[in-house]
This record gives sequence, C-alpha cells and structure tokens, in this order.
Amino acid sequence: MSKARTSLTRTSLVHLALISYAIISVFPVFLTIINSMKDRNAIFRNPMQLPSPKTFDLVGYYTVLGQGDFANYFQNSFIVTVASIALVLLFGAMAAFALSEYRFRGNTLMGLYLAIGIMIPIRLGTVAILQGMVATGLVNTLTALVLVYTAQGIPLAVFILSEFMRTVSDDLKNAGRIDGLSEYSIFFRLVLPLVRPAMATVAVFTMIPIWNDLWFPLILAPSEATKTVTLGSQIFIGQFVTNWNAVLAALSLAIFPVLVLYLVFSRQLIRGITSGAVK
Amino acid sequence: MGSLQLKSVRKSFGTVDVIKGIDLDVKDGEFVIFVGPSGCGKSTLLRIIAGLEDATSGSITIDGAEVVTVPPAKRGIAMVFQSYALYPHLSVKDNMGLGLKQAGTPKDEIEKRVSKASAMLSLEKYLARRPAELSGGQRQRVAIGRAIVREPKLFLFDEPLSNLDAALRVNTRLEIARLHRELKATMIYVTHDQVEAMTLADKIVVLDAGVIQQVGSPMELYNRPANLFVAGFIGSPAMNFIDAGRLGVTDAKTIGVRPEHLSLSRDNGEWQGKVVHVEHLGADTIIYLESEKVGLITVRLFGEHHYAVDDVVFATSAAGQTHRFDANGRAIR
Ligand SMILES: Nc1ncnc2c1ncn2[C@@H]1O[C@H](COP(=O)(O)OP(=O)(O)OP(=O)(O)O)[C@@H](O)[C@H]1O
Ligand SMILES: [Mg+2]
Repeated sequence: MSKARTSLTRTSLVHLALISYAIISVFPVFLTIINSMKDRNAIFRNPMQLPSPKTFDLVGYYTVLGQGDFANYFQNSFIVTVASIALVLLFGAMAAFALSEYRFRGNTLMGLYLAIGIMIPIRLGTVAILQGMVATGLVNTLTALVLVYTAQGIPLAVFILSEFMRTVSDDLKNAGRIDGLSEYSIFFRLVLPLVRPAMATVAVFTMIPIWNDLWFPLILAPSEATKTVTLGSQIFIGQFVTNWNAVLAALSLAIFPVLVLYLVFSRQLIRGITSGAVK
Repeated sequence: MGSLQLKSVRKSFGTVDVIKGIDLDVKDGEFVIFVGPSGCGKSTLLRIIAGLEDATSGSITIDGAEVVTVPPAKRGIAMVFQSYALYPHLSVKDNMGLGLKQAGTPKDEIEKRVSKASAMLSLEKYLARRPAELSGGQRQRVAIGRAIVREPKLFLFDEPLSNLDAALRVNTRLEIARLHRELKATMIYVTHDQVEAMTLADKIVVLDAGVIQQVGSPMELYNRPANLFVAGFIGSPAMNFIDAGRLGVTDAKTIGVRPEHLSLSRDNGEWQGKVVHVEHLGADTIIYLESEKVGLITVRLFGEHHYAVDDVVFATSAAGQTHRFDANGRAIR
C-alpha cells in the first residue's frame, strides 16, 4: 500500500474528530454517574469533582431502591422495549422482504406510504391513539405501549431492511426455490441471516427512543403497575423537588440495561457471516 | 427421460418484449448451448424453463408433461448459477443435501448420493467446510455437485464458468463434458464464450434480441450460417463481410469470408492491401489488411509469419469457402 503514509495524517485527523465527539457525548453520562455517588452538598458545590472518601455517599441509590417499585419499573421498561424490538424486527423484515422481492401492483406506493411514517412523528396522533386505547380498554397496560412503539419503529425498519434485502443475491433465493424451500424458509433461513447486521442496526435505532420515551408512558400507562423507568424517575423529581441524589441515581441505573442490550446487538453488527456466499 | 419442448414462449417485462416467441425441441441426453450477445434474453429463457420466471405466454413441456404451472422444485430440474449461490451458513455437505432433504428423501439415500457426487467432483476433503472456506473453483464444483445429487431430468447452467480464471475454466469445462458423458443427462447451458459453446454442445442455439437466429450443431453453424448475425457471431476472429457490389457480384448483397479461409502472398492474388496490424498468437498469426477494393479485412494464418505494418500483400479466398447473403441478411444457398 503506497498510500499508507499520506493516510496516516488522515487517519489521525479522523480519529481526533471521533474521539472529541465521543468525549462530548459521554461527558453528561459521566457527570451523571459521578454525581449520583456524592452527597448533596458536594453535588452543588463541586459538580465536576470525582467522589472522594469525604463526599462519597450512596444515599441516592438507597432512596431509589428503597422506594419500593423501582425493580418493577425496570421490568416494565425491559418488557416493553424487548417486545417492541422483536415485533418491529419481525414485521419490518417481512414487509421489507415483500417490498424488495415481489413485483406487485402498488409496490412503490406502499414503500412511499411507509416512508411517510418516518417523516411524520407518531405523537401527532396522540389524541386518536389515546381514544383508541380507551375504546379497546388498553389504557394502563404494557400492551398499549408495545403496540404504539411497534407502529413507531416499523417505517424506519422497513426502509433500512428493504435496502439491505435488495442486495441479497437473487441467485441465492432462486437456488433455494429450486431446492424446494418455501418462500417462508427462504425468508427465515436464507435472507434473514444475511441481513443480520442490518437487523442489529435497526434494533439499536429502535431501542433507544423507546427506552427513553416519557410521552407515551405518561399518557397511556401512568399507573403504578405499568410505569417505565423514565416515567418512574420523573415522578421522583416531583416528589423530592430538590433530591438530586435520587434522580441521578435513577438515571444512572437506567443506563445499564440499555447498555447490555446494545452490547448484545452490536456483536451481531460486527459478525460477518455473508463472506463467501456469493462472489 | 429429459426432453424439453418450448412452444412460442414469450416474455415481456412491462412493455419491453424480452423473449419474442421461442420454439425449441431438446431431445433426451442432448447438450444444448444458448449463445448470444449480452442482454439478448438467454438467462431469462433459462429462468423461464426453470420456473423462476413466468412466461407471458407459450407452453413448456418437460418429458411430455406441461410444466407451466409446476413450481421449480417439482420440475425435475437443477440449476447452476454464475454466482455459485451456495448457502453461506451450511457446510458443503448440507449445501448439496438440502434439496433432497426438502423433498423428504431418506437420510441414508442423501448420504449415498452426496458421497457419490463429491467423489465425482473430488470434493470429499471439503464436505465439512463452509463455502467461505473454499476457492472459487471449489465453490463452483460444489454448486455443480448440488445439481448432480438431485438427479434431475434437466440440468440448467447459467454461465457457470465466467467467474473462474482461464486455466480453471478449461479444467471445469472438461469436467462438465465428462459429467455429461457419464450422467447421460440433458443439459442446457448458457454462455458468452464461443469456445465453450463449440466444444461442449451437441446443439447450439444462437439468440439475438429474444429471437432464435439459428439452431444447429457447432459445425453446421460454422459451415452453413443461416444469416449475417450467426455468421458474424460464430467464429473468432469474426467473418469478413464484403459489399458484393465492390466485387462485381450481382446475385448477392454481402459476401462473407472467414479469416482462416484467406491466404496471403507478397506477389499476386485477388485483393491487394496494406498491412495495418499484426497479432502473433504463437499457433496463429492474425493480420489486418486495408484493401482499396474490399476495405478492412482480417486474415488468419496458421503458424508464425513475418509481415510488417505497411507491407503490401495480396489476399486470396479459398475456393468454395465464401458465403453469400441477400439484402435481408439471409444466406443464399
Ligand atoms: N426483472 C426484469 N425487469 C425488467 N427487465 C428485465 C428484467 N430481467 C431482465 N430484463 C431485461 O431482459 C433482457 C434480457 O436479460 P437477460 O438477463 O436474459 O440477458 P442475458 O442474455 O442473460 O444477458 P447476459 O449475457 O448479459 O447475462 C435485458 O435487456 C434485461 O434488461
Ligand atoms: Mg445472463
């Protein structure tokens, strides 16, 4: 590679940009975590300081965990997020396969219709959604949240996955057809494994807004039994107007489950099983 | 078993007619090759035979049974693709066995057929590997093996060798010829490559723009091309076409002479010309002449010859080796 030397400066510049961006992004998280472990005075007097033996205090965590239902909030968030991702991936991938694989009347129109879903925020329909949920008796259930988040995630999933599915070789699918695989087997056994990295990307993009959402839990499922972590932490702010220890501790705790999910998906992102399938 | 009939098969994509009425009869055990320029519809026709694409109209019979409504897996065909199209997550063995497994063949029968096919193609050592761990030539052999184990009535090949390098291509070509002799199966093979077509085929089908131009044995096409297109397409370097008027011939529009049917002399001959380019291929020497009387012509001489650019030479066509074509491009016999 004769370009090695010129690209060294370029690589370092790129890395410099990426590192500064990473620092900027991670800094608030870092600040939240260190302050969650300090006592109240230290938070206000010296927010930038790391916890020292003198200021170290886990009172925030005690408050949060002692507050009763926090474990339940976590469970709710987890169920809603995982169920929504699963549904978004399943239905998104199926729709994407249909749109990219089959020529039928209205194919392009259907694609455009779904693309509009990316551009129009689902919150515009909140009132209608709430009326619907009331009519079907789904208010204050996790099902309501899962349904809304699935609807919210599908357009982007279809958009990304159909692009990727177009790149799966026709010959491979045709070979499957000649070998007697049904269209479902072709989809599940040949196409899905090949678009796994794209599925992981979609999962990550879908997961973050769902986990962090405050709007729909507040409107559709604010009952104690169905509260999500984000909603639970917000209620803390109301109850302990100035109890920042509890709020910071709750937020710090809320980071970890989503981090675990992210790690699970990003391993899929990196795995490349497609090499060698088709030249 | 293994005959194929096509009757006025047509295919259009939207308003574009790609296949414009194909009639073809393939007998049991024949090796038939489709050749034609890029985009003429060879792959489309093959996919229609396989059932991967629906014909717009027409009938397809395999072994006397109409198959238009039969799904690909039930047509008794097997197909080998240019891009190999192996299942990336399955081992070589499972790649070959999947079709049989789907059809509900007993395990020991699958085992038997896979080991027979892999012995035929010397793939025994690789049975446990994934496609990613094989070279291009090995992958193509696995793809051929996957077709063999199904023991189809009809093999379909879509440019199976075009991703291989030249040496491997020759080897695999010989292997396919041997397979055809051993299996005595009917094979339909699409290629761009004239050498493949001439060496493998019992029967060549020359296609252009979705229409069959001529069907015949390789030597028939070479010796008696039906029209200008076939005359120009078969043979390399391509046939020289000379305007009949320039030669004073009145009962034809175009005269065709193959480069190998011309001889050169420095002293006298039919057409005087100046050498514009010489190519030495070892076994052959290709000489391009610019002649006042007949324009640019190509001469192919056997062995090594030393002509230099700008030499003045005479070309003479061998007696009885010229082709005459009428104003519509059809051969006059
Ligand atoms: N799905 C499709 N939709 C529209 N047009 C198509 C489609 N598939 C093929 N065609 C057109 O049909 C024509 C024939 O295509 P085909 O693939 O059969 O050519 P080919 O003879 O196999 O060419 P090559 O030698 O390059 O493989 C081409 O002009 C192509 O653009
Ligand atoms: Mg083709």
